[in-house]
Amino acid sequence: MSKEEVFERLNEVFRDVFDDESIVVNETTTSADIEDWDSLEHINLLAAVEQEFGMKFSMGQVVTMKNVGEMADIILSQTKEG
Amino acid sequence: MRKELEYPFDGEYILKKAKSLRRKLLEDGSVRLKKKIAVLGGSTTHDIIKILDLFLLNQGIEASFYESEFGQFWEDAVFGNEELNAFKPDLVFIHTGIRNIRQFPVLGESSRQVEELLENQYQYFVTAWEKITEHFSCPIIQNNFEYPFYRLLGNQDCADIHGRTSFVTRLNEKFYGYAREHDNFYINDINYQAAAFGLDAWSDPFYWHMYKYTLCLPAIPWLAHNVANIIKSIYGKNKKSLVLDLDNTLWGGIVGDDGVENLEIGPETSMGQVFAEFQGYVKSLKDLGVMLNVASKNEEENAIAGLNHPDGILRPEDFILIKANWEPKSRNILQIASQMNILPDSLVFADDNPAEREIVKQQAEGVTVPEIGKPEQYIRILDHGGYFEMTNYSEDDRKRNEMYKANIQREAQQASFADYHEYLLSLQMKGIIKPFEPMYMARIAQLTNKSNQFNLTTKRFTQAQIEQTAADENFLTLYGKLEDKFGDNGVVSVVIGRQEKNRLHLELWLMSCRVLKRDMEFAMMDTVIAHCKKRGIEEVIGYYYPTAKNAMVKDFYALLGFEKTEEKEDGSTVWKFVIPENYENKNKAIKVEM
Repeated sequence: MSKEEVFERLNEVFRDVFDDESIVVNETTTSADIEDWDSLEHINLLAAVEQEFGMKFSMGQVVTMKNVGEMADIILSQTKEG
Repeated sequence: MRKELEYPFDGEYILKKAKSLRRKLLEDGSVRLKKKIAVLGGSTTHDIIKILDLFLLNQGIEASFYESEFGQFWEDAVFGNEELNAFKPDLVFIHTGIRNIRQFPVLGESSRQVEELLENQYQYFVTAWEKITEHFSCPIIQNNFEYPFYRLLGNQDCADIHGRTSFVTRLNEKFYGYAREHDNFYINDINYQAAAFGLDAWSDPFYWHMYKYTLCLPAIPWLAHNVANIIKSIYGKNKKSLVLDLDNTLWGGIVGDDGVENLEIGPETSMGQVFAEFQGYVKSLKDLGVMLNVASKNEEENAIAGLNHPDGILRPEDFILIKANWEPKSRNILQIASQMNILPDSLVFADDNPAEREIVKQQAEGVTVPEIGKPEQYIRILDHGGYFEMTNYSEDDRKRNEMYKANIQREAQQASFADYHEYLLSLQMKGIIKPFEPMYMARIAQLTNKSNQFNLTTKRFTQAQIEQTAADENFLTLYGKLEDKFGDNGVVSVVIGRQEKNRLHLELWLMSCRVLKRDMEFAMMDTVIAHCKKRGIEEVIGYYYPTAKNAMVKDFYALLGFEKTEEKEDGSTVWKFVIPENYENKNKAIKVEM
């Protein structure tokens, strides 16, 4: 899977969770860029991402993840191994 | 009802699509009951409320929520706070779990010490429940406790008094005892839900340490679905009837083609056993008060023969109506609803054939049609669906099937009388119309929440509110019970009037549609007037508030001889009846005991 594909699929997940078809995420997107993305919605978002890619974030990863780019890196590293 | 929110549902999909699901539910134009629900949590409750909201909307309840600050369930319950007090909840849901047990036994403690600890933990919760009842006198839904996710004492953890598993089991039993002794207090059985979901997944510590959720996120729809089922049951929104297909639903094979002797039902084969178990389950539903009907593409004669199979458990007489013909099932189902005087949205239809299910879904609007899966899954899917969730089990529930059957017999008899009044007399009806009595409070509350069609104001009451009203001298409360030679209809009508000097304001007047046109409404009127005379009331004021369902009583007060005094733009009307000196009783068919 290429990084572009990951972002494409992430876009879909973000659009579903925030019910907003206009969302486009990139490397530097953070919670500050999306209005409804607060700490509570974050929980839901991560669950939806895990479901989409068939993987699980560890606690350590959740705690340190800073932006969507890092999220994509984790997804890539985990799906490669699998 | 949205398919996405019916068991078996995809919890992850619901979580992901929560926002758009909510939008679609609110856009569907249905009229919903409005309720205020306080969620007092011992942990994070954000997504629980979000998903509970969806399931409630799907059940016809539009809730507004109060959410306690993180973990403040006990403080909110015991000390209250301004926001909660102003919110005045209609219902309180206490979401707690094993993480909220403050102290567990330690090895070496004596059985008396453990006992004391247990009582101590129990009383901590009792205090909260009592304070809520004192402040809000509303229904309470309380989680029991899930099992611990590890067992220090291994398999003996459940038997040894020092084991956490044992402690949780005993504490749960105390909660159940409280539920048995208190009306308006209901357990949400997360212990069972966690078992069905899988305890290791349910209590994944990740969600506690990361977000302070006591259960994993994907389990939230399970929890919310169960809580919503309890709430909809409390507010009288349970389904009333199960309509069943026959071939490959109640037995294996097609009775018309294979012949009765070749059907798979009973102990001979594995499939026969599965169908027998399902028939047994359906029969137990009947004992709970769920009304059974058949809609099947069959010759009637074959249908009856199949139901008389010696190894079957259900019998033709267990059903109120057996529609076995070649008409579309959707038409048969709508006929069942109209013959029983209930709305299509109180029916659940079970059929093994996906094509038939689809037609019914599209052509019989309102009917719930679960994807019941394979025969060995039928029971689980109907059961977990929670359509018939039991909260108040009244005498009426037990007898409902008989009562509706008697109704069908009455109709047959009516056809043989040329004169309607003579027919009414032939029923030998006896009525009891009296102020609310303790033994009927549950049924009265149930009626105020269930009756939609013959209901002038559609005011809903909880049992606690009914009890308060009954105790208040300013109110005239009356329940009406009707019996005839075919059977006892139970409590079928309720009137609540508020006295203001020489006036009585009728705040509630409802009647069950199963006794329409039996003169019961006249008997109620006569009794209202008799009580008015005793109380020195000279005028009775009636109110009609239109809803999507109560057009049938639009001119009810005119029928009783009231005069219309006001008509508002929204269609609501006000009526006045000046009590004449010589009021002549309107009911001539029922012998009434007051």
